[in-house]
Amino acid sequence: MGEQSGMPGFGRTEEDFSRVDVRRLVQALLGVLPAAHVLHDPEDLRPYECDGMAALRQLPLVVVLPDTEAQVVDILKICAGQGVPVVARGAGTGLSGGAQPHRFGVVLSLARLNRIIAIDAHARRAVVQPGVRNLAISEAAAPHGLYYAPDPSSQIACTIGGNVAENSGGVHCLKYGLTIHNLLKVRGVTIHGDIVEFGSLGLDAPGYDLLPLVTGSEGMLAVVTEVTVKLTPKPQLAQCVLAAFDDVVKAGDAVARIIAAGIIPAGLEMMDQPATAAVEEFVHAGYPLDAKAILLCESDGTPEEVAEEVGRVRALLEQSGATEIRVSRDEAERLRFWAGRKAAFPAAGRISPDYYCMDGTIPRKRLGEMLQAIQAMETKYAMRCINVFHAGDGNLHPLILFDANKPGDQHTAEAFGAEILELSVALGGTITGEHGVGIEKINQMCSQFATPEIAAFHRVKAAFDPGGLLNPGKAIPTLNRCAEYGRERMGAGQPVAHPDLPRF
Amino acid sequence: MSVDDLIRQWSECVREAAACGQALCLRGGGTKRFYGRPERGERLDTRACCGIINYEPSELVVTVRAGTPLVELEAALAAQGQMLAFEPPHFGPGATIGGCVAAGLAGPRRAAVGGVRDFILGVRMIDGRGEVLRFGGEVMKNVAGYDVSRVLAGSLGTLGLIVDVSLKVLPKPVAEASLRFEMGEAAALHQLNVWGGRPLPISASVWCDGILELRLSGAAAAVEAAIGRLGGEHIPDAVAEVRWRALREHTDTFFAGAQPSSSQPPLWRLSLPSDALAIELDGAQLVEWGGAQRWLRSGLLPDVIRARVAALGGHATLFRNGVREGAVFHPLTAPMLALQRNLKNAFDPAGVFNPGRLYEGL
Repeated sequence: MGEQSGMPGFGRTEEDFSRVDVRRLVQALLGVLPAAHVLHDPEDLRPYECDGMAALRQLPLVVVLPDTEAQVVDILKICAGQGVPVVARGAGTGLSGGAQPHRFGVVLSLARLNRIIAIDAHARRAVVQPGVRNLAISEAAAPHGLYYAPDPSSQIACTIGGNVAENSGGVHCLKYGLTIHNLLKVRGVTIHGDIVEFGSLGLDAPGYDLLPLVTGSEGMLAVVTEVTVKLTPKPQLAQCVLAAFDDVVKAGDAVARIIAAGIIPAGLEMMDQPATAAVEEFVHAGYPLDAKAILLCESDGTPEEVAEEVGRVRALLEQSGATEIRVSRDEAERLRFWAGRKAAFPAAGRISPDYYCMDGTIPRKRLGEMLQAIQAMETKYAMRCINVFHAGDGNLHPLILFDANKPGDQHTAEAFGAEILELSVALGGTITGEHGVGIEKINQMCSQFATPEIAAFHRVKAAFDPGGLLNPGKAIPTLNRCAEYGRERMGAGQPVAHPDLPRF
Repeated sequence: MSVDDLIRQWSECVREAAACGQALCLRGGGTKRFYGRPERGERLDTRACCGIINYEPSELVVTVRAGTPLVELEAALAAQGQMLAFEPPHFGPGATIGGCVAAGLAGPRRAAVGGVRDFILGVRMIDGRGEVLRFGGEVMKNVAGYDVSRVLAGSLGTLGLIVDVSLKVLPKPVAEASLRFEMGEAAALHQLNVWGGRPLPISASVWCDGILELRLSGAAAAVEAAIGRLGGEHIPDAVAEVRWRALREHTDTFFAGAQPSSSQPPLWRLSLPSDALAIELDGAQLVEWGGAQRWLRSGLLPDVIRARVAALGGHATLFRNGVREGAVFHPLTAPMLALQRNLKNAFDPAGVFNPGRLYEGL
């Protein structure tokens, strides 16, 4: 495993925290927090046993609910002093188990840090606490004609602190960027209890730019206590074009054609036929059910700009062989076009007892290949999969439908998902575009990264958190884990879908 | 020599340097040697590792070797109607894309579209142990592992030797137009922030000496409509192009006084909240990026400048000339400096790469 001297967690099995003394821990926490904000009774802990990835459940030792940054500092100092793992948590909507509690650790809920501190319309920025919901920022900014651009599907519930931890995307990030592109400053507390500011109120900060390192770090480098986001002027008008195709590859080509023509649509989404059918039954958006794929392409801007872009998009869709094209005539129709796409997850939940959402990103041009491979996997695993994509940026959300009550189904769905993720890597993409690695995709990290990169990630972690106390076991696998995973995969003797593709 | 052989040779060179405590000075075209603290160590010329590896206009991604001349990359993108949206300054004929990323400097379009780090999708680099590491990739959305590649923007080569980099590119705007207004500094700063809050296609701005100039970029209809709304005097396209280029390259009259040969006071770059009031320090000033970047030619003591800028929520960089052995970049808080030192040690424990270029000890 190479040289690992002095680095915690390297090449060893995961850290052993079983010697944490819960009574001593609770006593110390009660010294800095009111008793009502230190939960340790199993009944009180239950709501925190999982995040959006409900298949993984684990009770923590303690849940703490600080009201202030000063309390966060105190909590972290106590945990650092006693060697206790800390898992920060927002709304718990994450899909990768990133906020899954540690069995010997503390869940640090930032839910009570939920104040919008300032909306500065003149400077187009909002200063908010981490527990503020994503949508609440846009609502507070709306009277000024401004909004916070990143809009993950869970935006009514997910918090900005969680968005920072995951570098969340949404349906508009091709044009407006990810969370990282819409942040000015993140204030956080290190495991040592030091308050540090990443970024600035200007457009850069001196020294290494650690803002992108902390953003998307899944609570493993620091605990976020305040976020300053950029606010964007609301476009005067948005219009959505809905196009139907009799072939998914043609729909994929249409996406490439739009981008190649120099158009960056505000949103560019695709659904395959089974996904369309599932959502149509649920929301009655009026989608054409005979289409093999539908595309939603949104233009926003001034009325003149939108008219110009919609005209160009329509022509390109026609050239790409769309069988039907509709342009939203008013805001109600535009929202109806989107309603189906945004309801993809609940619709999947309606037609199947359980579903497993994947999150790979691939180069757009490999879309057809990926879809064909997923079809083959449906046969191989005897399991259905419906597909929704952020087509504009190549981010796929295949939803594998299964029934957790059927013996073996959960395991089969996981194997199906793992194969999609590994193919995403093989096609030149990544295992996660916006949902994070968490605990869910920790094994697939070993497919995407080689030993030197994994070791480098551990060193980055140790630069911030030498004791490995912040969210241990998440996002970055130990080298031992990768070695074991490699052996398992090789030893399983499963037929490999693409024997010609490089693996491991 | 093949690129693979070259990378192996560089890895070996780094390992040897680390073993014997030799510093390496990474240099491409050497166009930004004036920037940062003084160079140290044995020169490693990055220009042998050059060429575009992969360019897919419809994917909006280019992967390019670090030693590739910026002019060559920009020409390849322009041939497909695309561009590096952050408009990097070259500061000389030989600038390379590796140097551009390491310096992390962006041009007039920065406030509208983002900076260098916002367009980095992935890198391959050699760390201070001689290991070849790959972070990120060629896709727009990628949250697997820490986003190390974006941290390299502005790291001045102190974390590793960039081998190649994948960048998001954007289509060139269909239409552009520039406008000119007579306006005092306070009024201009106020107006820029007001306009910034409206859906206007402003892609660049500069205020100097009572004149505010704007560039509009976007769909033809949007640019036309904005001209109607903003008023001002139209600057002929040919004149405007020269103007924005001179601003980006620091060749216009304001910056001419800060060239190395000059006996003029040093040039400071002030990064401020866009809405910060006029800084009111003695010296000549130029405002860019809607108020978020201000240039100051001033002989005032560094501490005076830094204190004023910090009080306004910003930071100050001694950009050109002046005493370069001291603190060129704004001092960091103690916990932040500790994190930055730890990160440097994580990638370059022997201190091989450009030691001291960013801060003493980094």
